[in-house]
Amino acid sequence: MNTRQTFLLDGEEVPFEPGQTVLQAALAAGRYIPHLCYHPEFKPHGSCKVCTARVGGRMMAACTTPVRAGIEVQSNTEELNGLRRTLVQMLFAEGNHFCPSCEASGNCVLQALGYDLGVLTAGFRHMFPVRPVDASHKDILLDFNRCVLCELCVRASSEVDGKGVFALSGRGITKHLVVNSPSGELADTDIALEDKAMQVCPVGAILKKRVGFAVPIGERRFDKRPISAQASEDAPRPSANGASANLPGARHQDGASS
Amino acid sequence: MTALDATPAAAREPGQHVAAVLTRWGTNPLNLVQVLREVQEGCGWLPPEALAEISERLGLTLAAARGVAGFYSFLHTEPVGAYRVLFSDNITDRMQGSEALLEGFCKDLWIEPGKLSEDGLVSVERTSCTGLCDQGPGLLVNGIAIPRIDRERLATIRELILGQTPLGEWPAELFRIEDNIRRRDVLLGALAHPGEAVRAALERGAAGEREMAANERSWREGIPQESIGPEAVLREIERSGLRGRGGAGFTTAAKWSACRAAPASPRYVVCNADEGEPGTFKDRVLLSRHPDLVFDGMTVAAYCIGAQQGLVYLRGEYRYLLEPLEVLLEERRRAGLLGRNVLGRRGFDFDIGIHVGAGSYVCGEESALLESLEGKRGIPRNRPPFPVTHGYRGLPTVVNNVETLCAAALVALRGGEWYRSIGTARSSGTKLLSVAGDCVRPGIYEYPFGVTVRQVLADCGARNTLAVQVSGPSGHCTDASEFDRRIAFEDLPTAGAFTVFDDRRDMFEVARNYIEFFAHESCGFCTPCRVGTSMLRGIMNKIHRGRGSLHELDEMARLNPVLQMSAHCGLGHTACNTVLDTLKRFRPAYERRLQALRFAPDFDLDAALAAARRATGREDAGAYLEKPE
Repeated sequence: MNTRQTFLLDGEEVPFEPGQTVLQAALAAGRYIPHLCYHPEFKPHGSCKVCTARVGGRMMAACTTPVRAGIEVQSNTEELNGLRRTLVQMLFAEGNHFCPSCEASGNCVLQALGYDLGVLTAGFRHMFPVRPVDASHKDILLDFNRCVLCELCVRASSEVDGKGVFALSGRGITKHLVVNSPSGELADTDIALEDKAMQVCPVGAILKKRVGFAVPIGERRFDKRPISAQASEDAPRPSANGASANLPGARHQDGASS
Repeated sequence: MTALDATPAAAREPGQHVAAVLTRWGTNPLNLVQVLREVQEGCGWLPPEALAEISERLGLTLAAARGVAGFYSFLHTEPVGAYRVLFSDNITDRMQGSEALLEGFCKDLWIEPGKLSEDGLVSVERTSCTGLCDQGPGLLVNGIAIPRIDRERLATIRELILGQTPLGEWPAELFRIEDNIRRRDVLLGALAHPGEAVRAALERGAAGEREMAANERSWREGIPQESIGPEAVLREIERSGLRGRGGAGFTTAAKWSACRAAPASPRYVVCNADEGEPGTFKDRVLLSRHPDLVFDGMTVAAYCIGAQQGLVYLRGEYRYLLEPLEVLLEERRRAGLLGRNVLGRRGFDFDIGIHVGAGSYVCGEESALLESLEGKRGIPRNRPPFPVTHGYRGLPTVVNNVETLCAAALVALRGGEWYRSIGTARSSGTKLLSVAGDCVRPGIYEYPFGVTVRQVLADCGARNTLAVQVSGPSGHCTDASEFDRRIAFEDLPTAGAFTVFDDRRDMFEVARNYIEFFAHESCGFCTPCRVGTSMLRGIMNKIHRGRGSLHELDEMARLNPVLQMSAHCGLGHTACNTVLDTLKRFRPAYERRLQALRFAPDFDLDAALAAARRATGREDAGAYLEKPE
């Protein structure tokens, strides 16, 4: 039973385990495919589409497409990186992202993707949506301006914390995050600093107050090395139950805690 | 309670409404959309206390319930007018003068579109196509359709609103909707009695084999070998070559067989009556004129796949059809066509329920429809797995269009070979076209597949035709050079819309209306569609305002492939078709609007200075940067 199953990623053989998706198999092998809404601890849902790749000739979200033996996957091509660049630009134009004044700068996956994919400008007219900031909670700041609608906090709060603090409402371009309280304010929810939902935001939408600059800008995760260069160190080391301890894609603890 | 009885003024407390609705629907969160919809019919909107009680009783978080309510256009978490008037905003409504009518109506009522009147009596807004294109412009008052809007009828409506007349007391004539069947073929001409197709299906297969089929284990537990009867019907469906009529054209027999072969049970038959593609209204007519054929088709499907429960997902715009359909279902139960042991066949238990949509085009996509049936936001699912194995409640489910089910009933009745002899080699049978736009006789035309665009145009009395939009905004725009193309899966596939534009029309405005539609209906799940459709809308509006340049055309050329390559579902994949098609065929319609070669800013400095001019009372030339025209 030692026959390793493999597929072809950009022409190279990559091993996989049954049940993995293309992105999961690639990351496990230390091969980076750009992604934003994927998190190894949650079931992939494929909304950001940054991980779009050609799988067997078809455009698919790598995070949700089951991998099959021998299948050819193209990811690191100019066509696909161009597509990803445009998608990241669209996300920048959709929200209000001001990196120089954002305390997530350097720990932000959107920003890191932008650098990595060579995004120099938003490339589209900014939408400048009017979005509120919820500072009602004494320890937590919710800045909807930076939300990229990845739903990781929604998933974390319901699946791990068992609280359902976050949900999505609206649709289309008016889709937005809502919190679970009659007042609609975070202070009236049962969110706690220890919640998983506090640890998964890939951008600067959910922030712990008063620690934003404990680690100075310049010394943060993506300040050191591009996001693509960190894929191999993030590769999940298989544990007994197959779960991984690492959180690629998540904002790391150096900026959020301590 | 019918929709017309639902008076706008809440006669009871929200709590009483919730209690009454939950008595009917129970506390299963799967029915959340139906519960929200019915509570709103009682309260006029969804007040916070009602939402809180619903979420608590159904075991959901308040945020989740709010999130679902916030997804659907027809559900309101903020107070709306006691009378909520929604003008249908398809391009055909616009061509019939809906914009001027809306403006006049608002002016007469002293209100602004999109804003609640100060007394809380009335609000006026636009909504996506209401499926009344053959008798437009259409509108909805508190969810109930009114066709053939003109100044006179609007004056009547205004008086009724100002007099606060309950909707149930409005003249019935206002709500009368015509079928406008212009050409009948085998489907619309079928004179089948209720249940005849089901009876024919049960008769198929040799007598001895049928006894085996009667063994309830055979379909309940998915042991297909033993159930020759259903197999025999499936064989007929396969012989017929029937393909789905909702647009994608998937082979019906393959879908049914896959569902039948799926190991899990119970199984479901879902009728997709969420006819949301702008310009199509054939399902409305089928459900009004031939509902027994639809239910027969569902029952035949249930027999084939071994389903015990059927669900009709009726689009919210057709809310007025709910009561007549419920009455019919009750008649069918009494006639033994539904319920336990259908037509006396032991073990064949099947019943049908109806869910009403709440204003969302994307719910016509089968997996989004299933999400909505399960009381959730209508977001298309990731596939695989497909609905035939993991559908409603994660169980094997066949989702078919209304027209497909009618055709399946015909096949059960008259056989696959017969059906196969109609149409073309690769597209068997007939297709219902919803013809609207610039023609003398708009309405429903049934043709064998293979009919040319030109033939349809001649039959409906279209003259000086510039273009025909086949299959709605997500379909194909054809110009005069393509009128010999045929309506068929192998040439011009269609879900049914056939919208005619004559040479007075501006195809840029057609495309702009369609892009507005997609931006409004995007579910917002994936980045390319959520952001892309909204950006396309912004670009089209900028060109419309006369501030476009080649830069805008370049920007659209960047966005289109992003949508086509990476959107999550068909809505996003096809959203830019209308721009690509019209740019290719009617480029001058765009170019004549372009103001500059390179770039023109959308920001209008003079407009921005308007407030300063008002404040200083200046209107002289010196108060403008550029001379006012």
